[in-house]
Amino acid sequence: MSILEWLPRVRARRTAELSDEMRTHLDMATTDRIARGEPPDVAAANARREFGNPGLAAELSRDQWGSIGTWVEQLWQDIAYAVRVLGRTPAFTIAAVLTVAIGVGGSTALFSIVDATLLRPLPYPHPEQLVRVVDDYSGVGSRGVGMSIPEWHDLERSGIFSDISPSWFDNNNLSGLPRPQRVSLLIVAPNYFSLLGVAPRLGTTFDPRDPTPGFNQQVVISDGLWKRLFGGDTGVVGRVVQLDSDSYRIIGVMPRGFQAPGDTREERGTEVWPAFGFGGAPLNEATIQSRAGLFPSAIGRLAPGITVADAQRRVDALVHSLRRQFPADYPEERDWHVRVLPLADSVAGDVGRPLLLLLGGVGVVLLIGCANIANLLLARASARGREIAVRQALGGSTSRLVRQLLTESIVLAAIGGAVGVAIVAATRHALIGALPDSVPRVNEIAIDWRVWAFSMATSLAAGIFFGLAPAMRARRVDITAVLREEGRSNTAGLARGQARHALIVAEFALSLVLLSASGLLAHSMWDMLRVSFGFNPHDVTVVRTRLPYPNDSTEDLYPTVGDESPFVREVLRRCKTLPGVRDVALGGGAAVPLDHPYQDQTLLRLVFERGEGRGDHPLDVTGSEVTPGYFGVLGLSLQRGRLFDEHDTDASPPVVVINEAMARAFWPDQDPLGRRIKTSPHAAQWSTIVGVVADARTESLAEPVPPQVYTSLYQRAAKHLAIFVRGGAEPAVLERQVRDIVQSLNPSLPVFGAETLDATITASLALRRLSLVLIALFAGIALLLSAIGIYGVVAYVVSERTQEIGVRLALGAEGSQVLGLVMREELGTVTIGAIAGIIGAVILSRILAGWLAGVRSLDPLTLAASAAVLTAVGTASCYLPARRAARIEPVIALRG
Amino acid sequence: MPKPPVTSRMELLQGTLDFIVLQALRWGPCHGYGLAQLIRSQSGNVLQIETGSLYPALQRLLRQKAISTEWGMSENDRRVRLYRLTAKGRGRLAAERSRWEQISRAIAGLMIPPVPEDT
Repeated sequence: MSILEWLPRVRARRTAELSDEMRTHLDMATTDRIARGEPPDVAAANARREFGNPGLAAELSRDQWGSIGTWVEQLWQDIAYAVRVLGRTPAFTIAAVLTVAIGVGGSTALFSIVDATLLRPLPYPHPEQLVRVVDDYSGVGSRGVGMSIPEWHDLERSGIFSDISPSWFDNNNLSGLPRPQRVSLLIVAPNYFSLLGVAPRLGTTFDPRDPTPGFNQQVVISDGLWKRLFGGDTGVVGRVVQLDSDSYRIIGVMPRGFQAPGDTREERGTEVWPAFGFGGAPLNEATIQSRAGLFPSAIGRLAPGITVADAQRRVDALVHSLRRQFPADYPEERDWHVRVLPLADSVAGDVGRPLLLLLGGVGVVLLIGCANIANLLLARASARGREIAVRQALGGSTSRLVRQLLTESIVLAAIGGAVGVAIVAATRHALIGALPDSVPRVNEIAIDWRVWAFSMATSLAAGIFFGLAPAMRARRVDITAVLREEGRSNTAGLARGQARHALIVAEFALSLVLLSASGLLAHSMWDMLRVSFGFNPHDVTVVRTRLPYPNDSTEDLYPTVGDESPFVREVLRRCKTLPGVRDVALGGGAAVPLDHPYQDQTLLRLVFERGEGRGDHPLDVTGSEVTPGYFGVLGLSLQRGRLFDEHDTDASPPVVVINEAMARAFWPDQDPLGRRIKTSPHAAQWSTIVGVVADARTESLAEPVPPQVYTSLYQRAAKHLAIFVRGGAEPAVLERQVRDIVQSLNPSLPVFGAETLDATITASLALRRLSLVLIALFAGIALLLSAIGIYGVVAYVVSERTQEIGVRLALGAEGSQVLGLVMREELGTVTIGAIAGIIGAVILSRILAGWLAGVRSLDPLTLAASAAVLTAVGTASCYLPARRAARIEPVIALRG
Repeated sequence: MPKPPVTSRMELLQGTLDFIVLQALRWGPCHGYGLAQLIRSQSGNVLQIETGSLYPALQRLLRQKAISTEWGMSENDRRVRLYRLTAKGRGRLAAERSRWEQISRAIAGLMIPPVPEDT
């Protein structure tokens, strides 16, 4: 027999024996008294008086029986009693359970996301040792400028890392299959998988000590690609595939759910991993020796016993000595730094703050809900005052009563929490589906013990929070007064009123904070969408293709601009003939507004003529290669000079067009037209600035427009190509039409990623929009709860003061005066809440502005509007019950 | 005016009550009612305790193994629980007694001034 069964049985037997014993005691006392000549009924009464309170004596006796048993027994009693009490008031119970369910369910849902993306360690052995190593030019404000191969070797030899592995994300054309496919590719050093410590589900991964300087012609593929292209065929290991016309042998398939721990959505979606030694072809010797940033970043595993902070310190020292050793490569102005950050943080990227904001928002909703339930419980406490007084008079100990009331609240909270979590568990897939793509590690979201523990703890805390005030109040119940006056003690009522009003103030203050936060987010979103983009995204569809970049450059079909231009012109010409198409342009991947995976970015390391710009030091500026029609298709307006034309080719002097931000940054108060820059330190020729276009927010809607340089696609080639089509068919159809055109020119080229620019913009704002919608939803719920809360309090106050109001009315007070009296007092509460809320909102807006790009800090308009909404709702919620006060029939009130 | 909580009244009595119960059990096994009677008569009706409060004290002493209990028969043939002192209880009684005597001697010394020896 288990202890759980045994304990109650033994206790039940001992309890029965004890009450038996006490009964015998009373019998014997009565018998003795009768024997001494007392009448039987008097004898029994006297015996009982002499004995005292049998219930209390029994309870105190049982208390002596060992703490756990007693505790379990009392807890069980309390829970059973709580369930009965709650069952007696279904309306209250349902309201409270739903309130808790919303709060706990919402917090649990968000916690499960926050847990998966931010808190949970990465799913690799010793995740605390994993870091990402990133190069920055702090001096020119550039982060993630890329790492060079010599720098990688320096870090490798430093002893700080037990392993460090560069990786380079790219798209690639997978051919040799019925239809050429674009696959996402992460070029990694052979030590990548052994560094992470993950085994494949099929085959093997790379030998970490593979000495091949270039590509070893082996690839590992993802589970997704394996299923998509090879139908989960276990014979795939050993098969040879063509990537950009180079042959690779598949040696392994990664397990399901394995995601590259990348800092971009694209890298996390990696499907193919080729191994590259970063020491041979296709890189030439100059590139291998150069200390200019080459690959985006590296991941590393810290040597045992080294913390991230230690590693950063030692890397700083190494960087310091390298800067002295190679002053020409690391000019002081650039202030080269190498950042070591936990890999989990780099994966989480910038979604952490919006997620924490949302978690905070839903926490506030939960708090307001708790305050409301506390208010309802306080109102009930006055109704139950008599029950509590009677129980105390019958010998219920105070601590036991407090515990019982708390148990009631916690049972309530537990039921609410369970309902909330059940709803979350049931709608989990829909919730995960609603998350934008930019949220990482979504595949790790699970309703597991951590999430359960969180929801249990939240429910428990909520139960204690809203149960504590009513329970503490029960301790101070004045038994005689309550029993005599049937629970209508004026002083107690007043004290209770203060507690309730304090809760209302808190509710309104918190609601205002949420309201203004949602207002702030809405306002900044509105700013982003309303202020001119500087380009016209409507009716423009982007379709992408990519020219191969074979490792053996002699196999490159388009090695120079001159080879590529005919292809570009032919695609342009044919696309213009598609039905409904009004205009077409081509550009490099960087020319696509608001969608810049790393592999599409073009950072031009500019060189200015002496005495111009910022001196003769190169500077990194984003560049886009475009055909002359690009500006027309996107609606970028020319401010000065001219745009590209068909005569700007590899046969004519290079020209560039810049944006106004560039002109302002480098030639303030001067005419940039005719000035010359080099688009790279290695460029043979100077490029002349021929035109200035208006600033367009093509890089980011939230941040200021950076300096930009446009080059002609006929003068500077690009491998990642985007076809911009104004008009034409819907994206899916257009993609098919463009595919036919492109593949009729070169059947090995993939065509993919058709998307309207409107959809691109929507996607770039997805997380922001989700935050806004959810915070607005939370604010709405908070406002509703606060309205219900103040309604309840006013209704209660009015019912308590019915007699007083009756007297006032009988003595000739006007209904409107009574209305005014009640409203004045309650509106005072709302006003205090609003003032506290404004202070909170100002503080929060400061934090938000620092946290989220493009959010203004102090926004009086939003604040005023939020306060107005709050006051209006508060007034309306007071008015309804207060009007009832004005309509009280004096006669009835006084009689009652 | 809040009344003092019930428990505190009991707690005040606790230590003394345990001592009184142990003392009463010196004369041999006894049941609850008998103990109440004994205490009342031996204190000359001065100690007006609620006899119900004996039971928590008995349970406490049982847990401390100062007394033991068994079922037995009362003088008028009722089935009752009989309590008896254990060896541990005797030891504790002796200790409490000597402590009590010390205290009462000290208090008596303070209350009644010693009679000068030379008179």
